Amino acid sequence: MDYSPLWVSMKVALTATSVTFVLGLLAARFVLSLRKLRLLVDGIFSLPMVLPPTVVGFFLLILFGKNSVVGQFLLRMGINVLFTWQGAAIAAAVVSFPIMYRTSLGAFEQVDKNLVYAARTLGMSEGELFFKVLLPSSLPGIAAATILAFARALGEFGATIMLAGNIPGRTQTMSVAVYTAMQSGNRALAYRWVVIIMAISFLSIVLMNYWTSRQNRACMREGGSGF
Amino acid sequence: MSLYVDITKRCGDFLLRVRFETRDGLFAILGASGCGKSLTLKCIAGIEKPDTGVIKLDDTVLFDAAKKINVPTRKRNIGYLFQDYALFPHMTVFQNIMCGAKDKDRTREWIGRFFLEGKEQLYPAQLSGGQKQRVALARMLAQNPRFVMFDEPFSALDNHLKTQLEREVMNVMETFENGGIFVSHDRNEVYRLTERIAVMENGRIVDIQNKHGIFDAPKTLAATLLTGCKNITRLERRGNGYFAQDWGIMLSCGNDTGASGALFRYAGVRAHFLEPVGTDERGAENVIACEILRVIEDTFSFIVLFTNRTVAEKTGYAVMTYELAKEDWRRLAGEPLYLKIPMDKLILMEK
Repeated sequence: MDYSPLWVSMKVALTATSVTFVLGLLAARFVLSLRKLRLLVDGIFSLPMVLPPTVVGFFLLILFGKNSVVGQFLLRMGINVLFTWQGAAIAAAVVSFPIMYRTSLGAFEQVDKNLVYAARTLGMSEGELFFKVLLPSSLPGIAAATILAFARALGEFGATIMLAGNIPGRTQTMSVAVYTAMQSGNRALAYRWVVIIMAISFLSIVLMNYWTSRQNRACMREGGSGF
Repeated sequence: MSLYVDITKRCGDFLLRVRFETRDGLFAILGASGCGKSLTLKCIAGIEKPDTGVIKLDDTVLFDAAKKINVPTRKRNIGYLFQDYALFPHMTVFQNIMCGAKDKDRTREWIGRFFLEGKEQLYPAQLSGGQKQRVALARMLAQNPRFVMFDEPFSALDNHLKTQLEREVMNVMETFENGGIFVSHDRNEVYRLTERIAVMENGRIVDIQNKHGIFDAPKTLAATLLTGCKNITRLERRGNGYFAQDWGIMLSCGNDTGASGALFRYAGVRAHFLEPVGTDERGAENVIACEILRVIEDTFSFIVLFTNRTVAEKTGYAVMTYELAKEDWRRLAGEPLYLKIPMDKLILMEK
């Protein structure tokens, strides 16, 4: 059995998750500070989640194609993302971005407002506040966001196949491999990939739960010797 | 430090419109929950932005709507003690205080000053209520604030702890040179801790006086109720005096009108200022023949609920309260009760 789809998938999903992690958190922090334009910006950031992946793939294909400004610029720099694993990573990042963004925005909003106010009255700058108060207070939520984004990136199919194609050994991810195996009637191979994908997804969720529960225990240990 | 506040802020249906000036020492805002006390503090701290007005700390303008000045919270350097203390749950005691002190040596100094040695590495969830407040106080004072504000710091605590923490705040304010505001709905707390008191109702300050003034002669009905006066009546001008509609008696008061020349509309008398008189005085002025409705035994006193026996029609305010020491009640119980309203203790209000 050729395990290359596993490695391609891991490479794609990990790259996509790292990009999404940073951008999603920044986007959530940005939207948190908005008042009037909030609904609009939130809608734009969430769009890839509700659009069919093929539509996302279509837009990405146009954006990175030879006829667009971005595509031409990249071409002049000698970079081509179409039908490469980087292209698959971009597709996965775009599709998993709203999950990261929305889940961490929810986590930020859950943080006790008084903690934020207290930080400001203590003279913290907005940057300090973000790294010292907002992020640590919403860690369990952000961990959940990251895992969900990773799982989504790992399972990405539609946009990936449009932007990166289905080149064995190069851009064929596990979810694409399942599709290809079924198309060619190789049911046994499809089963194997299905089992592997399920195992990885399940493991990530278990790891996340374990980690969040440990986090909570560290902070919530009751005690104290009275007044 | 003197703080000058003159602001308005609209929040949906609620309109906050406050104006006051504090001098040295602790200034109190007394008000029921939802009256706009916390919103006022948040405006001063810069957490909320008023719609119009000015906030000045000595000569520094913190907010001026007309000049479009709005100093950000972090640059105002105003200490804020939150009701739930708002300690950062993921930081240790040391790290929390360090957020205010900004320097390890000063952090250690404040830990020592608040008797928190040995607790440096604990998290807020591992502390008792008293320790939490000490950490919050240390964190607030370690930033060397120009002004401090206390937002109902004791309201969620049991009595025993409350007393101890109140003393702690008292000690802190004795050594703290800059002024502060203390906000509460508890009249006793405010009376013990502060000298000047503003009474707030429905987004407005209805009375500002020193504490003796506000408890002896509150100027408005709202202030009278908030300072805990239990007996209130509407007044009706009759001849040279006033008829207390709810108590059903004539009140002869020394001066007939208020300071502004207007008529008084309400009168009140505190439950423990009523004076029992003998049967021979029952016809005298300002004496009520009592029909006792209920006697409640409190921890150190008896509370007697009664109405005027001679009034047929009872209104909502007709039930009056008389509070007295236990041994005094044991002497009076069983006899017909006549209570006199002492004129010097009568609170008269124009609105």
